[in-house]
This record gives sequence, C-alpha cells and structure tokens, in this order.
Amino acid sequence: MDRHDHTREGGSPSHSLLPSEPALRVKAIETILLEKGLIDAAAVDAIIDQFENRIGPKVGAALIAKAWTDASFKTALLKNGAAALASLGISGIGAEQVIAVENTDSVHNVVVCTLCSCYPWAVLGLPPTWYKSEAYRSRVVREPRKVLAEFGLDLPQDVEVRVWDSTSEMRFLVVPQRPKGTEDMSEEQLASLVSRDCMVGTAVPHL
Amino acid sequence: MDGMHDVGGMAGFGSIPIEDNEPVFHGDWEGKSFAMVLLSFSWRKWNLDQTRSSHEQLTPQQYLSLSYYERLITGLADRAIKAGLVTTDEIRAGHASAVPEQFAMPLTRKAVPAFIKAPRNYLRPNTIAPAYRVGDRICTVTDSPDSHTRLPRYARGRSGTIILYHGCNVFADSNADGNENPQHLYAVRFSGSELWGQQGNPRDSVTLDLYEPYLRHA
Repeated sequence: MDRHDHTREGGSPSHSLLPSEPALRVKAIETILLEKGLIDAAAVDAIIDQFENRIGPKVGAALIAKAWTDASFKTALLKNGAAALASLGISGIGAEQVIAVENTDSVHNVVVCTLCSCYPWAVLGLPPTWYKSEAYRSRVVREPRKVLAEFGLDLPQDVEVRVWDSTSEMRFLVVPQRPKGTEDMSEEQLASLVSRDCMVGTAVPHL
Repeated sequence: MDGMHDVGGMAGFGSIPIEDNEPVFHGDWEGKSFAMVLLSFSWRKWNLDQTRSSHEQLTPQQYLSLSYYERLITGLADRAIKAGLVTTDEIRAGHASAVPEQFAMPLTRKAVPAFIKAPRNYLRPNTIAPAYRVGDRICTVTDSPDSHTRLPRYARGRSGTIILYHGCNVFADSNADGNENPQHLYAVRFSGSELWGQQGNPRDSVTLDLYEPYLRHA
C-alpha cells in the first residue's frame, strides 16, 4: 500500500497548489472559472454590489423599528419570523427560517455559529470579521458575559444570558429593547439607533 | 467530523478582534472570493452542507492559517476538483487547459438579484410524527462521525430541554452526501453548568438546533 495514503491524511487537495498570497489565490481560481465559462465577470461584480450596497443591517434595523412601533407586527415577528419578513417583501438567503428572540429586563440574547459562520444575511448582510473569528465562536458559548464585556456590554448578574448557536438552517435575530425616552421618535429615527451588533446581541441600543 | 472548525468551548484564541467601521470586504479579493462561491451554487454541483464539509476537510494547520475568505476560495477549488470541473494541473497552472462542455450558461448579471432573493427553504413535509415534544428532557448522543455533522463536541452527551420544534428539515449529516433524508429539528436548551460544570453559569444557557437522530430520551 502507498505509504502516503492521501485519503487518510486528509486536508485540502488544492491548498498547497494555490498561491499563498490571498489575492493571487483568488485570481487563480477566478481566471480558471472565467476561462472555462463557468462564471460571468459582471455577475461577480453584481453580487459584490448587492452585499456592499443593498443587503445589510439597515434592513434589520427597519424591521426592529417597526416592531417597536407596531405591536401586532412585533407579535407576528416573534411568532413566525420568516412570515413577518415575507410580509415586508424580505426574502432570500437566511430569511426563510428566521427565529426572532426578544430581549427583556430579565433576558439577554446573543447569537453565534460555533461550527462555521451562519448569519441572517437577508436582514443583516454579511457578518463582520469578529463574528467569524475563532475567538468569538469558541468563547461566547462558554463565557458569554466576559465576551459581552469586551464589547462594552456589562450585564447585571440577575439578567439571564441566552446564547443561540446556529447549528441548523434556522437563523436568529435579536429583538433589542426599545430605549427609554424614545417615545416621540419616528420609525426612521428609531431605526438609526439599531446597530448590527444590537441584532446579534453584542450591544444594546442607546439614545 | 471532529475538525478544527468545531471550536465551541476551546480556550486560547484570545480577545475578540473587533474592528470599528469595518468594510463589508477588505479589498477586492474578499468580495470576489465570496461572489464566486455564491455563484457556484447556480451550477447545482453541490449543496450548502457539502460546502461546509469541504471546509471541515482542512487540516487544523490549514484551517487556522487561512482567513475566512481564503477558506471560501480554497474550499471552492477543492469542490471543483472533486466534481471534475477543474483539474489539479489547472489549479497549479492558474489557467484552464480545457474548456468543458458547458452544463449550463453562467449566471448573468441580470439574474443576480433574483438569484439572491430566491427562497432556500430546508423545511420538508412530515412523514413520521416527531418523537419529542416541547418541554421534554433529552440527552444528546456521543457519536463522533468522520463525516459532516452539526452536533458540536461541546454539546455531546449532555442533558437539555426541548424549547422549540422547527418542523421536519433537510438533515445536514446526510445532505453532505447529497441525500436530504429529512429529520425533525428542535431547539434544545442546555444550562451553562450542564455544559461547563463549575465554570458555567447556571443562570445562563446555550440553545442549539438539533436533529432528532442526535437525541435520546433523558
């Protein structure tokens, strides 16, 4: 038997064949796929444009502001996230099976994907580097309060911390508490208070 | 697979790398890596679990030496080789040596918005009644398959409570072999002290979505 049994060794077949410099690595694959006619360069640009300019946390923030000002919408969102999103015309990757989890005076929710980087793209866009980092993924399930403190969020001991590990195709969206003193604000003004991190659970909105 | 990707509960990765005003992509290559991986799904040669599985095949050294978008592009190359779309010689050369008979026209710019908005639902009709109900106490299995699974090591052999039923869903473990084999899916809550013993906070919890084959009655 071959002493170098590659199946047993495992690993990536292409890793050592590709350039180590990331930009060159991507260029090599891009060149091959373009030459083979498997991708269209304009479609690549269009995907980048969608995720840089169209799909992002503003979608989620508008959703939260609506939930804060429309009690029946909030009830619907908490009951069936996907249906509530669909009622606003939000669909696509990560919008089909959404669970909205609500923060209260006694419960704080925070979302992670320990095994990869599952994230509700349709409402939050692509995740930031920290969400994909081994540090966040390894620690937030084990010591959520210390992790939240690194984000500047110190929770009282009597608040229950619920971590949601996205291990299936269900996607989680945190519904933060509406800050006090915002009673006269418009939906648009309220949405400006809702950051991406508020909807992942590593921050809370402030006036 | 007990690979490097399964980091939940590990120590030693340090502080969270928070970047203020982070751009969506740091440079063109990150965006291109992402876009090509997304477009590759239009070829219908592999599914999401096969994609995840290819990242899990990286050795721990490879996994940790690559950033997220480097893993994406490397995984795409690996899947393209496995599917026979690209050869290792072509990967080495950085050029195509043969243009394959096209199995489909590449997705066009015009088709991108609809492609992104298209529903991707993993719910499937029930064929057998779910074995568990909300409120049931369960214990997770200790299986350690060599193949793709979505039961992380830190939640194996632990007792928890079913808090939600998500319906019957495509089973990730089977889907990585191209077989949907739908299974009932539940959200299961574990207390911090059940998962981490004295180092866990009994007030806090971690909830995971777990497929029925991962569960036993407690």
